[in-house]
Amino acid sequence: MNLVFMWETFLELIAAVPTTLRLAVTAVGLGAVLALLLALCRTSGLRILDWPARFYIYVFRGSPLLVQIFLIYYGLSQFPEVRHSAVWPILREPYWCAVIALMMNTAAYSGEIIRGGLLSVPQGQIEAARACGMSRFLAFRRIVLPLAIRQALPGYGNEMISMVKATSLASIITIMEITGVAARIISDTYRAIEVFLVAGAIYLAINFVLTRCVAFLEYRLSGHLRQPLPTRPRVTGDSP
Amino acid sequence: MNSPGFFETFGFGPDGWGAALAVGAVMTVLIAVCGFAIGAVIGIFGAWAKISGGPVARAAAGTYTTVLRGIPDLLVIYLFYFGGSAVISAAGRLFGNEGFISFPGFLAGALAVGVTSGAQHTEVFRGAFRAVHPGEIEAAVACGMSRMLRFRRIVAPLTLRHALPGLGNVWQVVLKESALVSITGVVELLRQSQIGAGSTGRPFDFYVVAAALYLAISTVSGLALQLAEKHSRRGTGRAS
Repeated sequence: MNLVFMWETFLELIAAVPTTLRLAVTAVGLGAVLALLLALCRTSGLRILDWPARFYIYVFRGSPLLVQIFLIYYGLSQFPEVRHSAVWPILREPYWCAVIALMMNTAAYSGEIIRGGLLSVPQGQIEAARACGMSRFLAFRRIVLPLAIRQALPGYGNEMISMVKATSLASIITIMEITGVAARIISDTYRAIEVFLVAGAIYLAINFVLTRCVAFLEYRLSGHLRQPLPTRPRVTGDSP
Repeated sequence: MNSPGFFETFGFGPDGWGAALAVGAVMTVLIAVCGFAIGAVIGIFGAWAKISGGPVARAAAGTYTTVLRGIPDLLVIYLFYFGGSAVISAAGRLFGNEGFISFPGFLAGALAVGVTSGAQHTEVFRGAFRAVHPGEIEAAVACGMSRMLRFRRIVAPLTLRHALPGLGNVWQVVLKESALVSITGVVELLRQSQIGAGSTGRPFDFYVVAAALYLAISTVSGLALQLAEKHSRRGTGRAS
C-alpha cells in the first residue's frame, strides 16, 4: 500500500467522475422516455403495439450490454448507407454510441418496472378520476402516472444503480470515464489492487449518494402512507 | 458483390465461422457455469454468516454484499486479471523467475464472475432460508436428527426449492456478465465474434449472430430452469 500513489490515483480518477455521471444521467434520462413508451405499448392491450415491445424487451434483456455497445459502435459502420447518412457524426462518436446503447438497454429493464407500476394503480382510482370528468389523458397525467412512479421507484432506483455500474463498459470503446482511467493507470503501473480500492470507493460513494436520494424521494412521495406526526392541536384566536 | 453470403460466412463449411463461434459459445457457457458455481459456494457461506454467524462474520458478509453490489463488474475483472498477474509475478520472483507471468484469463474471469455473483447468491440463499417454515426444522429436531442430518435432509432441499427462481435470475446475470471476460483475451463467444468481425470486415453480422447466440443460450437455460422449478415443486399444493 502506497498512500501517496493512492492519493495521486484518487485525483486522477475524481477528474473522470463527471464523464461517468454525464453518461449515466443522459442514458437514464433518455431511457426513461423510451421506457415509458414501452410500458404504454405493453399495457395498451393492442397486439400490434404489445408484441414489438415484448420482442424489444426480450432481445435487450437477453443479450449482454457489451454486445449491444459493439453492435452500435462497430456494427453500424459496416453499412455505407450509415456512414454517408446525416446521423454519422453522432454514430461516429464513441460517447454517443455508449449513450445510445446504455439508453436502449436501460429502457428494456425499466420499461418492465414502469409497467409493473402502471398495473399496480387500483382500478378504483382511475374510475374515480373518470367520474370526476377527467379525460383519459388528464387522468393518466394526474392520477395514474404519479401513483405508478411512486410504486415503481424502488425498482427504478436499483436500475439507476446498475446503470451507474454499466457506464464502466463505455471504457471498452475508449471513453475515459472512471474505469477507463483506472484501467490505464493499472496497465501503466501494474498496481491493480490499490487502483481498484480507490476506483471502487468512488463508485460506492456515487451509488451511496444515489440510494440516499432515491430513499429521500420515496419518503417524500409516501406522506399519505405514514402515521401522522403527533402534533399539538393548533390554537387559533378566540374560541366561541 | 463478391463477398461471401451470410450463410457461407456463418456456416460450418471451410470458410465458415460456424464452428469457431460454436466453440466460443461453449466457452461462454463454461465460464458462466464456473463463475456461477464459485458464486454459489461463496453465497452459501455468505448466507450462513448472515443468518447464524457471529457479529464479525455478519459484518464481513454485509460489507461484502454491499461493496460487490455497488462497484462495476468490469473493475472486479480488472482486479483479478491484473492483480492476479502481479501476485503471480511476485511469487515467481521469489523462485528466481524474473519477468512477468500473466494470470490465466479463464481463471481470472471465472473468479471475478464468481465473486460478483456471490453477493447475489448470498441474498438469494438468505431469503430462501427465511422462507423455510420453522416448524419443519422443529419437526426434524423432534425426530432426533443431528445438525448435519437436518441440514442435508431438511434445510438444504427446502432452501434450494425456495431459492430456484432467484438462482435463475442470478444465472441470467452471470451469463451476460461472462461477455466481459472477453477483455482478458479468453476466446469466448464475444471475443470470437470480435476476431471474426476484424478479419471479415463485417462487424454488424458477427455481433448480431453473437447476440442471437446469447439469446438462444439464455432462452434455453431459462426454459430448463423453469422445468427444474416445476420439478422441485411437485407435490406442493398451490394456494389458489
